[in-house]
Amino acid sequence: MGMLRRHPALVPLMLLAPGLLWLVSFYLAPNIQMLASSFWSGTLETGFSFSLNNWTNYTDALSKYQEQYVRSIQYGFAATLLCFIIAFPLAYFIAFKAGRARNVLLFLVVAPFFTSYLLRTIGWRTILGDDSIILGPLKAIGLVDPSARFLDTPFAVIAGIAYNFVPFMILPIYVSLEKIDRRLLEAAQDLYASSWGAFRRITIPLALPGIFAGSLLTFIPAIGDFINAELLGNPGATMIGNVIQRQFLVVRDYPTAAALSFMLMVLILAGVTLYGRILGTDELTSKAI
Amino acid sequence: MSILRKIPGAIGSRFLTIYAGLALIYLLMPIFTVALFSFNDPVGRSNYAWASFTFDNWFTLFRDPTLVDAVGLSLRIALISTVIATAIGTLMAMAIVRYDFRFRKAMDLFVFLPLATPEIVLGASLLTLFVTLRIPLGEITLILAHVMFNVSYVVVTMKARLSGFDMRLEEAAADLGATPWQTFWRVTFPIILPGIAASAVLAFGLSLDDFVITRFNAGQVQTFPVYIYLKVQKGIPPQVNAFATLFFVVTVSLVAIGALMQRRRANLK
Repeated sequence: MGMLRRHPALVPLMLLAPGLLWLVSFYLAPNIQMLASSFWSGTLETGFSFSLNNWTNYTDALSKYQEQYVRSIQYGFAATLLCFIIAFPLAYFIAFKAGRARNVLLFLVVAPFFTSYLLRTIGWRTILGDDSIILGPLKAIGLVDPSARFLDTPFAVIAGIAYNFVPFMILPIYVSLEKIDRRLLEAAQDLYASSWGAFRRITIPLALPGIFAGSLLTFIPAIGDFINAELLGNPGATMIGNVIQRQFLVVRDYPTAAALSFMLMVLILAGVTLYGRILGTDELTSKAI
Repeated sequence: MSILRKIPGAIGSRFLTIYAGLALIYLLMPIFTVALFSFNDPVGRSNYAWASFTFDNWFTLFRDPTLVDAVGLSLRIALISTVIATAIGTLMAMAIVRYDFRFRKAMDLFVFLPLATPEIVLGASLLTLFVTLRIPLGEITLILAHVMFNVSYVVVTMKARLSGFDMRLEEAAADLGATPWQTFWRVTFPIILPGIAASAVLAFGLSLDDFVITRFNAGQVQTFPVYIYLKVQKGIPPQVNAFATLFFVVTVSLVAIGALMQRRRANLK
């Protein structure tokens, strides 16, 4: 303790040290290793060797799996949009109309996190199944064709992804709506703004940080997801996550797999930066998070 | 938008209520399905279609030794990684919130990065590191991985809790002659304990349910989610649903008890 009293600057350093060491060893170092591995050639049996000439790993991987990248981006966008459509009215309801039920409703929003992610996704197989409680009655009354299916379609995958990540959209939007000073809305009313006008000019702009954070928190996991495509989708229509996990765990072609996941990272970072620019504020992230 | 303006408020608000209700049903329906199918007596191996009601799955919870081992491993990894991550994460959050040092902003961003990285990249990059260093995959690599992603969650949660901390309480303790050590354990720790508990519950739940990162770094060992994944093709035994339902009930009760205790404490004040 004596040394700390003499050098107070050491205190934060010592508090940080264990966590920092862990993140450097098991977050930063692995990512650097992955970048290095993407320049490997060879196989698991013969051993790997590093050479910058192996940048062709990237071009090869990209030309081979372009389709899966494009599909992941499309599904990611669609799922994020679907999340927003579901989340905004619900967050608005909880923030402005729920009254005393607010905490219970917030708890119900995060309740899915307390059951197994895989089992919930498999639960959708049951719910969307060919003779399920949704399709069964519709087919019985002849509203849809008896051969109609939800499973194995892009719709099922997108709905599944949206379901898995929608709490990440609801919570940040709720937080930013809840913070809005109600007097601003009263003032707008006193100045004869219509309720739509007040909503558009006050509520939406002030909810933007939440919308921004929420869409990032859903888009990032959505684009890398492979469980929904595997459990709910058509085996012929895989996402980039399916390819990465197959290359790493089944084919064990580490160089290609590393190049694929590094490109996914870069794609996401580029997307996040661009999105921040479009919305016009770097401050948004720090405020929302 | 003149049409919108003419919609009477009552109808608009009723529409919003119905919409919110439907959204909640969408969120909760799969949980209900998971619980319901723990009472199913499936025909054949797959537990996707409802057959008949039974309590049997709950009485034969421990029938498959592989499943029991998987649950045990998941609980062990969750417990160990939660203790480590909560401890080092809380210390990190204290440094970031309370001290002004040179790379504070950079540190803040760095801690946040794992949360902004897709799980598949976290899992895959760790695997390349372990493969390169020839570290055998198994329980140890899983604990290393789970602590890594949990630290960031703990720091983010604790930062929010710590920023509302009244520093004058610690100054008062120091003025009254307490050593820094005494001040921490008698003043700071009891005040931040609810935050620590909340972080720990979060970390435990995340670890217990993690599949993607675990799948990459498990080697031959099976956690509860890995067990489920490997059984998807052959059919998931309904005991899995019973275990998942049990976990759900236990965590929900713990969270509810915690919330009630905090409310009681707040009322006493």
